[in-house]
Amino acid sequence: MEVYLDNSATTRCFDKAAALMTRIMCEDYGNPSSLHRKGVEAEKYIRYAKDVIADNLKVNQKEIFFTSGGTESDNLALMGCARANCRSGRHLITTQIEHPAVLQTMKHLEEEEFRVTYLPVDQKGCIRLEDLGRAITGETILVSIMHTNNEVGSMQPVAKAGALIKGINPRILFHVDAVQGYGKCRIYPKRMKIDLLSASGHKIHGPKGTGFLYVDEKVKIKPIVFGGGQQNGIRSGTENVPGIAGLAKAIEIIYGDLDREVEKLYRLKRAFVSGVQKIDDVIVNGHSDETGAPHIVSVSFKGVRSEVILHALEDKGVYVSAGSACSARKPQPSATLRAMGIEPQLLGSTIRFSFSVFTTMEEINYTLEMLYDIIPMLRKYTRQ
Amino acid sequence: MFSVFLIKYAEIGVKGKNKYLFEDALVHQVKYALKRCEGEFKVTHTDGRIYVHALSDFDFEETVDNLKTVFGISGICPVVHVEDEGYEKLAKALTDYVDKVYEDKNITFKVHTRRARKNYPMTSMELSRELGSAVLDAFPQMQVDVHRPDVMLHVEIREKIYIYSMEIPGPGGMPVGSNGKAMLLLSGGIDSPVAGYMIAKRGVKIDAVYFHAPPYTSDRAKQKVVDLAREVSRYAGAVYLHTINFTDIQLHIYDQCPHEELTIIMRRYMMRIAEMLAIKNDCLGLITGESIGQVASQTVQSLAVTNEVCSLPVFRPLIGFDKMEIVSVAEKIGTYETSILPYEDCCTIFVAKHPVTKPNLNVIKRHELKLGEKMEELVQKAIDTDQVEVIRWK
Repeated sequence: MEVYLDNSATTRCFDKAAALMTRIMCEDYGNPSSLHRKGVEAEKYIRYAKDVIADNLKVNQKEIFFTSGGTESDNLALMGCARANCRSGRHLITTQIEHPAVLQTMKHLEEEEFRVTYLPVDQKGCIRLEDLGRAITGETILVSIMHTNNEVGSMQPVAKAGALIKGINPRILFHVDAVQGYGKCRIYPKRMKIDLLSASGHKIHGPKGTGFLYVDEKVKIKPIVFGGGQQNGIRSGTENVPGIAGLAKAIEIIYGDLDREVEKLYRLKRAFVSGVQKIDDVIVNGHSDETGAPHIVSVSFKGVRSEVILHALEDKGVYVSAGSACSARKPQPSATLRAMGIEPQLLGSTIRFSFSVFTTMEEINYTLEMLYDIIPMLRKYTRQ
Repeated sequence: MFSVFLIKYAEIGVKGKNKYLFEDALVHQVKYALKRCEGEFKVTHTDGRIYVHALSDFDFEETVDNLKTVFGISGICPVVHVEDEGYEKLAKALTDYVDKVYEDKNITFKVHTRRARKNYPMTSMELSRELGSAVLDAFPQMQVDVHRPDVMLHVEIREKIYIYSMEIPGPGGMPVGSNGKAMLLLSGGIDSPVAGYMIAKRGVKIDAVYFHAPPYTSDRAKQKVVDLAREVSRYAGAVYLHTINFTDIQLHIYDQCPHEELTIIMRRYMMRIAEMLAIKNDCLGLITGESIGQVASQTVQSLAVTNEVCSLPVFRPLIGFDKMEIVSVAEKIGTYETSILPYEDCCTIFVAKHPVTKPNLNVIKRHELKLGEKMEELVQKAIDTDQVEVIRWK
């Protein structure tokens, strides 16, 4: 049996999205900037995709910019806004548990002489609004907070943070990295006082190399790539037409039946959490209930190295991540888990299980069975 | 401008009656290396010299880079070759050569002539003298120094005339295939690929064995070993890589033997299995990257205990090297970057906090008895499930 439980790393593309993309690549392959009919046809896909996303977020379609994915969206939002607004101040705020796409961009901005405050989190992996309120100064120009953490699934109080920030100073920009949250719940930037929102295609069964950044029309932003001036000059480069169309298709499918899917994901999560807790010395990190993301469960198995569990599960056909896949190449304990204050000896024993619309209860049960077998066996053979 | 390379070889030149074996192996390896290069080449072997003639356009850098990977070559001389159209044309060709190759003319030089064709109207001495003065006439800044010239202008009179003055150093050693075959224990660390390189440099063909321990070691660790074998194969030619599943053997040792002795006993089994594979595959020795005292299992006592299981010779070319010396070779041959990728290998997964550093052979042997017949079965199973793949540079 093959069970893919690494959906926070990437997801399987919807067949309909893949089929649409194939058709566009082979038939409607025009450049949307071309003046002839082929170009116009291609442009239609982009207009349609913008409409889909604008409807979904309840924003204006002019406020949507297509990128190569979450990382580029985050880079564009942070660098583009920090540089365009640096005359109003040089202070930025983010959290200690952001994805590297935000953290490393912030590090880079520190080199450009911006000052960055990294908000701590509580044991469940959530920021405290008091900390945010205290961190805001007259110099603050931008706050960036992730919607859902990619390692433990903690959901940040984004709407409350938006209200708090704008209450203090409406001119402070609010960016939300929603790469893990988009496609799992409804996000309405205008209501939540979000000025910029990053999302990625391949986390929601769309193609890799696609994503978008929502930018409120009032926001001053500078491009980070330069060229032919496509997308209003904010993101030059010939649009990835098949990718954009595939992304829009995935959004339509996901949001077409969101409530039922989310309910199903929580059902899977509940079953998995209660099943995994039957194993001795197991700690479920973050919110194991419905205050956490529906699709991510982070579990620490005391006394076994995560890499070994991962490969033992792989041997049984179950694919999971150690910590988060993005940082699995670097053998250092996850920054998120450390920020949450997880015991040091558990840091290297943590596995992330992440579900998708394709995950079934049968797969969850199979995975639990495998864990019941594997964990005691692995605990017997350890480094002493 | 260059269309010929003169291949110089050092050590083979002093061989006796079987010199031809080494030369043939070198020609073979040169041809093999040139297959990876764009363009057509002819390799000739006459009068104790190996020449590479380009028959079409070729990429100079690429060709030299590939020739530099051929063991046995001590130097690669890019040669300009011209038709024999009389002395005047030759003098012109030589001054043109000097002009193109040496931008800065403030150099000392000497002309050295050799005539393979003795019916040439001038003697070698005469030619050297006349050509020397032709160069001086053309470039008055240049000076003759017959003892220690900056540039030695070689002129060889053969059917055509060859002019060369530069020698790009080759890797030295002896051509692979001239010295039998040995089995390399390849771990994924820094040392073992270097050890393989060094033994291949002495003309030995390489097979390699890797001990895989899933789920404790990952497929990426295996891929890293494949990548390392590929880098070694750049010099050593095609490498047959054997992958042995070692997990059950390790767990059995873990169950039966004292923990501090796990690594040393494990290494004895690796050597046993490597030797069995070696014999099965016509290898005449084993190669390891061990260096005295580097880790607990490489103290002199540990090496003695590990060595005891083998009857084939074990080549340990790094035995007297410091880590820094090994690293510098690894960097030179291009394996270092791959070696330091952070995937765990099977030697470290169960390593004890304080492994034995002075194992006693009798004690180890006594503890190994506990492994019983089951161990023989596990070893046989590991060998039976050996997976072999051929690894080539390109």
